[in-house]
Amino acid sequence: MKRFSLHSARRRARLYATGVVACAVVGTMALTASGPANAASVSTPGVTATSITLGATEPLTGVAANYNDIAPAMQAVFAWANAHGGVNGRQINFKFVDDQYTPSITSTMTHQLVLQDNIFADIGSLGTPTQLQVQPYLNGLKVPQLFILSGCNCWSSSKYPYSSGYQPPYTVDGKILGNYVAKNFSGQKVGYFTQDDEFGFDTIKGLNMEIKGSSVVNKQTYVASTAAYVAGLQSQVAALQASGAKVVVMAAIPPFVGLFATTAATLGYTPQLVIDGVAGDPSAIGAPAALTTPAPNGQALLNGAITDGYGAFENQTSNAWVQVATKLLTKYDSEVAKNGITGDELVGFNLGYTVYQALKAAGKNLTRQGLLNAIAADGKNFVNSGFVPYSYSSSVHFGYEGEQLYKMSTTATPITLPTGTFMGVSPVGPVYYTSPGAGPVKVWHGAQDKVPASLSSTA
Amino acid sequence: MGELQKRAQGLAAKPWFRMPRQPMLRHLTYAAVAVVFLYFLTQKLSAFNDYEVGQIAFYAVALAGLTLLTGINGQISLGHGGFMAVGGFTLALLVEHTTWNVVPELAIAIATSALVGAVIGIPATRLRGPYLAGMTLMVALGLPYLTNQYNSFFGGDQGLTTPQPTGPASINPEQWLAWIQLACALIVLILLGNLLRSRFGRSFRAVRDDEIAASLAGIHVARTKVIAFMVSAGCAGLAGALLALSAGGVNSAEFPLSISIYLLAGMVIGGTGSLMGVWWGAILIVYLPTSWAPALASHFHVNSQVSANLAVIIFGLVLVVGMLVAPGGIQGALRWVAARVGAYFSPDGVPNMKLSLQEAPTDRAVHDGESVTQVGEPGVQVHPTND
Amino acid sequence: MQFFLNITLGGIATGMIVAAVALGLVLIFRATNIVNFAQGAMAMMTTYIAYAVLHQGSGYWLAFVAALATGLLFGALTQVVLIRPLQGKSPLNAIIVTFGFLIFLEGVAGAIWGSQTRTYPAPFSEAGQKIGNTQIAFSPFDVFVVLAVLALMILMLVLFRGTDLGLRMRAVAFAPETARLLGVRVRPLLTLGWALSAAAGVLAALLVVPTSSLTPNFMDVILIYGFTAAVVGGLDSPVGALVGGLATGLSLAYVGGYLGGSLEPMAALALVIVSLMIRPEGLFARPAPRRV
Repeated sequence: MKRFSLHSARRRARLYATGVVACAVVGTMALTASGPANAASVSTPGVTATSITLGATEPLTGVAANYNDIAPAMQAVFAWANAHGGVNGRQINFKFVDDQYTPSITSTMTHQLVLQDNIFADIGSLGTPTQLQVQPYLNGLKVPQLFILSGCNCWSSSKYPYSSGYQPPYTVDGKILGNYVAKNFSGQKVGYFTQDDEFGFDTIKGLNMEIKGSSVVNKQTYVASTAAYVAGLQSQVAALQASGAKVVVMAAIPPFVGLFATTAATLGYTPQLVIDGVAGDPSAIGAPAALTTPAPNGQALLNGAITDGYGAFENQTSNAWVQVATKLLTKYDSEVAKNGITGDELVGFNLGYTVYQALKAAGKNLTRQGLLNAIAADGKNFVNSGFVPYSYSSSVHFGYEGEQLYKMSTTATPITLPTGTFMGVSPVGPVYYTSPGAGPVKVWHGAQDKVPASLSSTA
Repeated sequence: MGELQKRAQGLAAKPWFRMPRQPMLRHLTYAAVAVVFLYFLTQKLSAFNDYEVGQIAFYAVALAGLTLLTGINGQISLGHGGFMAVGGFTLALLVEHTTWNVVPELAIAIATSALVGAVIGIPATRLRGPYLAGMTLMVALGLPYLTNQYNSFFGGDQGLTTPQPTGPASINPEQWLAWIQLACALIVLILLGNLLRSRFGRSFRAVRDDEIAASLAGIHVARTKVIAFMVSAGCAGLAGALLALSAGGVNSAEFPLSISIYLLAGMVIGGTGSLMGVWWGAILIVYLPTSWAPALASHFHVNSQVSANLAVIIFGLVLVVGMLVAPGGIQGALRWVAARVGAYFSPDGVPNMKLSLQEAPTDRAVHDGESVTQVGEPGVQVHPTND
Repeated sequence: MQFFLNITLGGIATGMIVAAVALGLVLIFRATNIVNFAQGAMAMMTTYIAYAVLHQGSGYWLAFVAALATGLLFGALTQVVLIRPLQGKSPLNAIIVTFGFLIFLEGVAGAIWGSQTRTYPAPFSEAGQKIGNTQIAFSPFDVFVVLAVLALMILMLVLFRGTDLGLRMRAVAFAPETARLLGVRVRPLLTLGWALSAAAGVLAALLVVPTSSLTPNFMDVILIYGFTAAVVGGLDSPVGALVGGLATGLSLAYVGGYLGGSLEPMAALALVIVSLMIRPEGLFARPAPRRV
């Protein structure tokens, strides 16, 4: 009896299971047959008669949050443009969202910008790993991914025609810094201190084109993680010191340049530092304006360090571009109004103004391909605050390929921020330009673009 | 008692539909209902919402693994993001080096992370509470750096790409991806639901409640803990692989410590130890950082520095306040309400959690572990003695 | 050879700082039987307050004292508000609450002070000492670190071994019911334990911050290494914390110096696994029979 009931219970159970699964399958198939309605939009996404929607993913929080002031400055330029009639009669909506410098979040937020906010283009998004993550996705959908704030060599590739970078590629940084080292510190032993990723690799590629291999005595790397904070950079600095390197070229992010200086002071190691522009802002490294704090803290080493930049620094207050940016941003960016302008905000200003010109050049009948064509054809002529013109063409998708060298020093006009007063920088020598390829490093004789009257009169 | 009354009682005792008693069947029924519901849902939603639903699905998978480990088996893990990284990278390496279908790739991702789970789980069997917590935290912190050390294999900073799988042309890619991810979530939940109703499930709980009593009862304590760890890590690995499909690629920056923290908060808000609660947790993880926190920030006009940190603050509050005030999480609260409502209609007016929650009283005696909040109960304290 | 020497000295300096964190964890574990994952974050908040005091124009030592005092208060307050309600509950709850508090504090610090890095000075020179013609990687500040951490350890040993108060604190931590029966006032002692431990955490933060820099999460990894040290040495033993700290610091230095920086976190993990396989309760903890 018991056996029977067990048996029948099992049979019923099996029948039931079959029934459930069958219902689900049949139901699903029946519904699938109807298929979703994907209405293909005829007009350009993100463009209406009165508006253009642009998007960006930015590290508003997280490890790279120090760059969170760039996008608001771009936003301020668009607010200025909108207040003066917009672009070809259209107002610019700029939606920048936080990706915490985390590629998976970049991916989600980019999906949101494309699928939900229906952006026309992704502009001025920041970060190498973050933007690499979405490069295949955006190019697959033919959404422009322009003016990426990263110096990766990877933005100018025929595989991804909808992408373009804004900063000089790191290899150009490396060549220009390497050229300076070869000319000014010839015969001295050179050491490298680089981040263990594409940033470091690409910079070294450029350095090696200019500096004789025989003079490079030691190469050290570090991993950009908070873990290194604890154990310090003792082993790397000690190795460079042991090798006798008198010049250390660094491709490192700001906190690690600071840490290097501190560690070197502990070891009594005082090489000439040559620092890639990524950490070229003394305020980002935390180099104080005066070296009289309770302990030297290694900052003395930063006094006299050579670095490079593709635009003016905020302490160059006599520069016309710094003046107009300060004026415009004070009006449209509450952060600048409150705390004064930073180097990042100068970048955001220049980038915003470039985007404005690009949209204008693309004309009234705005399409994604039209925008790309306009940048390829006219990009070289966009007025900007850089020391060299843009390099944009149909084959080159880099913004700048030229830079000014600077020296950090306690005697230059200090950089004053709410967090403190920092060392200033002053220009050294002429402006150089070169391509990331094999070509030589040349002196650029042209002057910086003049601030257009249409901008200075309305800012 | 009148004839009518008797008949009425008879009718009441025989509802028109009774959930099957066998766990597998019951879970399949839930799943079938869920399939139909989710099918309609994904049809109605926009492409981006489908994408988000898919994300909810894979976080639910990871949370199910974590809740099994922590809520059911009593081992804490602060490092489940590390196991997600293992799954994600395994999938990406398979995509890179093979031309297989996504199904075997996902299966291997599960197996690899379960294996890594065993490596961590074996020493973990000797650890209790704080020791284990700290060790798993180190896993989350350390594992992603391995990909930096061997960057030619793991693609360095750029990582490896994992193209989004595409289905028939009539179905948009986001919907297709969401279906894959939802299917995985449902399968995982059914299997875990059954596991918890099996001998293993009972030994998981027994080990959590009292290791010594469990071993007296013939349960191999160490083996049970390692199995729980492997199953849990396998779930996390699957979740990581599904995350990789959504993200389009993996790299070391993709699995920061914050993912592990989000998972812990998701588990607490859903209801520690509750498999159904994982959905609440997953919804929180997907929407809080990207939608709710920014909305809240703009509503209250806080400055950008505050709004940038709002999600983190809320996750912290969820963990602290949730643990202090409502350790049962959302699922616990729902049960509480259900029990009160049930009591209102029951003849004796006494809220009876057990009867209102599950249909088969005989089943309850053994299986009620899932329905009561576990973390938060004064269990048997095992103190090391001093001197 | 000089490379090896410098790495070793660097490892010792790091190890002492790690030991300071570990001592804080041990103190709280001994006094309340809980591991406080929020210890680093609490110290971080306090360090920001010290930074503000410093920039009011006060000297280093005033800021130092202010930080320690704030730390004591903060610890006591945390115990009363967050930890007291968890008494008698599963230890899992305390872990999750302290971990959640860590996240919360980092978010709050980010909201108030932003994520910019700030430099914090050291009270003594950080330049290495000259021995003969070579400068070695050991500065007056490192000497200060070593002395401060040794002092902390000795104070803790005296407290727990030599004083009535310490004995009562341990009794309260491990057998609260018995202690209460014996007439020990449990609540204030638990609060005191948290206060002292938070102050120890603040000391560690003040020793770390000159070589690192002040950000909302500057204590994260240090806390994890401190935890490594405490586990290796035994969560119950101040001497163990010191030895564990040195072992951790030196392992990190050698692995970083000879194998590669990316392996450092994994080296710490391996250290924990190996030492737990050999002695699950830590190297210096007395083997304790478990009681049901």
